[in-house]
Amino acid sequence: MFLRKIATVVALTTLASSAWAGCGISEGRVSIVGNEFPAIQTVGAGAMECAGDGVTVETNLTADHQKINVPGMTGNPAEFTAAIVANSSIVGLLNNDVIRPLNDLVEKHGQGLQKSQLVTIDGNIMGIAFMANAQHLTYRSDVLKDLGIPMPTTYEEMLAAGKKIQNYEGLGMPYPLGGAYAAGWNLAEEFVNMYIGHGGEFFKPGSAEIAVNNQHGIDALNMMKALSELMNPDFLTHDSNATSAEWKAGNVALMNMWGSRIGALKGDEVDPVVVAATATGGPMTVGGGTTAASTLWWDGFTIAKNISDADAEASFIALMHAIRPEMLNETTSPQAVWLIDGYEPTPAAAGVFAAAAMGTKPYPMLPYAGLMHSAAGVELVDFMQGKESAEQALAGLEAAYTTAAKEKGYL
Amino acid sequence: MNHKTFFWFFLPTALAMFLFIALPLTSIVSQSLHTPHDAVLVVVESCDPFGCKSETTIDHESTQKLKEEAPKGKWVGFEIYTDRNHLAFKEVGELWENKTNFTDFVSSLNNLPFYKAMGFTIVYVIVVTPLVILFGLIIALAVNSLHRHLKGLMVFFSLLPMIVTPLVGSLILFWMIDSRGIIGSGLQDLFADPDLSLKASTGLTWITLIVYGVWHSAPFAFIVFYAGLQTVPQETIEAAMIDGASRLQQIYHVVVPHLSPLVAFVALIQLMDNFRVFEPIVGFSASAHATSLSWIIWNDIGQEIRLMSSAATTSVLTIIGVVILLMPVLVRTWREFNPEK
Repeated sequence: MFLRKIATVVALTTLASSAWAGCGISEGRVSIVGNEFPAIQTVGAGAMECAGDGVTVETNLTADHQKINVPGMTGNPAEFTAAIVANSSIVGLLNNDVIRPLNDLVEKHGQGLQKSQLVTIDGNIMGIAFMANAQHLTYRSDVLKDLGIPMPTTYEEMLAAGKKIQNYEGLGMPYPLGGAYAAGWNLAEEFVNMYIGHGGEFFKPGSAEIAVNNQHGIDALNMMKALSELMNPDFLTHDSNATSAEWKAGNVALMNMWGSRIGALKGDEVDPVVVAATATGGPMTVGGGTTAASTLWWDGFTIAKNISDADAEASFIALMHAIRPEMLNETTSPQAVWLIDGYEPTPAAAGVFAAAAMGTKPYPMLPYAGLMHSAAGVELVDFMQGKESAEQALAGLEAAYTTAAKEKGYL
Repeated sequence: MNHKTFFWFFLPTALAMFLFIALPLTSIVSQSLHTPHDAVLVVVESCDPFGCKSETTIDHESTQKLKEEAPKGKWVGFEIYTDRNHLAFKEVGELWENKTNFTDFVSSLNNLPFYKAMGFTIVYVIVVTPLVILFGLIIALAVNSLHRHLKGLMVFFSLLPMIVTPLVGSLILFWMIDSRGIIGSGLQDLFADPDLSLKASTGLTWITLIVYGVWHSAPFAFIVFYAGLQTVPQETIEAAMIDGASRLQQIYHVVVPHLSPLVAFVALIQLMDNFRVFEPIVGFSASAHATSLSWIIWNDIGQEIRLMSSAATTSVLTIIGVVILLMPVLVRTWREFNPEK
C-alpha cells in the first residue's frame, strides 16, 4: 500500500515535471527565425526556456532573417515553425501564403493578450504583435547645451545644429550627424521616412503604380544628401549596428535611430560621459510639414502554415511564454516599447511614444511595398554619391520597381 | 578500356552530373522563361496595434486556383531577359539614339543594373586574373628556392589567405580598412589626409576589392605552380646555367615554358571564379560602388519579396558569360588534345 502510494506520487511528479518542463508544452518542435536586435534576443531566450523533455526549441536570430524566413517556411514540413516579423516583413510571408491564421490558438492560449496586439487581415489573426518601434531623434544633451543649441524638432534644425557642431573646433567632431544610410534596406528606409515627411504618397491611389518621381521625392533626396555631408564619409556602409557603434564611440552628436536600439547605447562598455548625455526626442518633421518623417512599426510573431498542429501549438505557447507579463524586468523593459500588459514605459521609450503621439504613419503593409523598398536601396546610391541627379535616381527607382512589379504580376 | 567497362566506370559521374548540373540548369532556364501569375488583389479590413484600415492584400484562394491550373507560372519567353533590370534592350537602344558621344553612352549604361555589374566584373576579371598568376609564380619561385627546412612552414603560411573563408576574410579586412581601423587610419597618417576613406569612393573601393581578390586567390596559383616546379627537369636548368643564362633567363626560357599548361589551367579556373565575384562585395558592404551578376542574384532572392524569375535569368546570363569568357582557353585546350584537327 505504502509502496504503491510512493509509486503513484513518483509517477505523478514525473508526469508533471515532464509536462511542465518548459511552459506547459509536453511535446513539439519549436524553431524561431527573426531579427537580432536586443528585444528580439530577449523574446528568443524566453522561448528557449520552454525546451525540455520532448520539446525542442531553436532560434535563428539574424539581421538576414527576411532572406531565410520565406524559404524556411515554404517546405512541408516547414523548417521554421515561427517567424518574428515586423509590419514590412509579414507581407513577404502573407504574399507566399506560408503562415496560418491563429484564431483558434488565441482563443485557447491567448488569454493575456490585448486586442491591439492582434494583427488581423480580413478577420483572420495572422500575427501577435509584442512591441512597437519607430525611428526618432537621439542627441547628445551635453554637446547641444555647450553650444547653446535647442533640441532640433525638424530636419532643417538638425542640419543647422550639425553644421554648428562641425564648425566648433574645440569639440573635434568633424562628422556630427549619424544615420543608418547603408546601401540597401537601410538607405531605402531613410528615403521612405523622408518622403512621407514631405507629404508624399508612394503609389497612385488604389493601384500598384509607383509615383515617387515628383517634387516630394526630389526634396526628400536633397535633404538626405545634405545630411550625409555631415556624416562619416563611409555612411553608405553604415547600418544600424555601425551607426550605434559610432554613437557609442562618442563620434556623433545627433542621429535618427530606432527606439529599440536606444537601450543598447547605454551599455557598460560605453564611455559614462556619452551614456549620461544620450537623450531622445520625437521624430523630426521636414520641409515645413506636420507629418513626422518616420514610420511606426510593430514587431510580432507568426506561426508557419506547413507544420503539424501540435508543433504550431507548441510554438505559439513558447512564444506566449516569452512575452508573458512576468518577463518584464529592469533589463528587458528598456529594450523596447512592449505592447505587453503591465509594461511601464522607461526613458528609452520616450521617442517611440512621441512618434505615436505625433500620429506618425505606420509603414505601408502593401503586397508590393517591399519591391519599392528594395529598388530604392539599389537605385538611390548613385545620387547619394553625387553621380546622378535626384530626378535621374527617382526615374531609375520607378523603372526598376515597375520592371520587378510586372514580373511579380502586380502591374 | 572497352566500352562496357567505360560505361560502368563513368556511370556514377554521369549520374551525379545529371542530378546536380543538368537538372538544376533545366530548372533555372525554365524558371527564367516564366513569371508568377498576375496577383489577385483584394482590399480587406486589416488591423494592427496602430488601428484598423482598408488594406490591399493578396487573395490566396484565387491565386491558388491560378497556380493549380498552371503550376509553372505565366509563360513570358525572353521578356525578362530583355527587361530593364537585365539586358535592357529598349533602354540601351534609347541611350544609343540619344547619345552625344561614345563615352557618354558608356557612362550612361552605368544606370542599368546589368551593365553596371558587368562593368565592375570585367575590370575585376581582367586585373585580378593576370595578377594572381604573376604573384602565384613569384611566391612559388621564392618558396622553392628556400632551404628545405623552411619550405613546409612557408607553404603553410602562403596558403592561409585561401584557407580563410572568403566572407570572413573580407569582413576582417573590412574592419581593418575602416577609417577608424588599423589599416585605414594608418593610410590616413601615411598620406596626411584625415578624410581619406577606402570605403567612400568608387575608385578606392574597386582597388580594395581587387587587392583582396589577388590576396585571396594568389595562394591557389602558388600551390599549383609550386607543384609544377618540382617537375622542372634539372638537366635543362643545368644546361642553361652552363650556357651562361642568368636566373631570370632560366626562369623565362626554361621554367615558364615548362609551366605553361599549368598557367592555362590556373587561368581557366580563375577566369571562372573571378567572373562570379561575390563574397567580397558583401563582406566589404561595397554594393554602393561595385556589383556583380552574382550579387544581383543574391539581392533578388534576398529581399522581403523574392524575384525568382529575375534571379534565374541572371543565373543563365552568368553561365553564358562564363562560357564566352572561357571560349579562348577551351578552344586552345581542345586543339592541344586533338592536334590533328
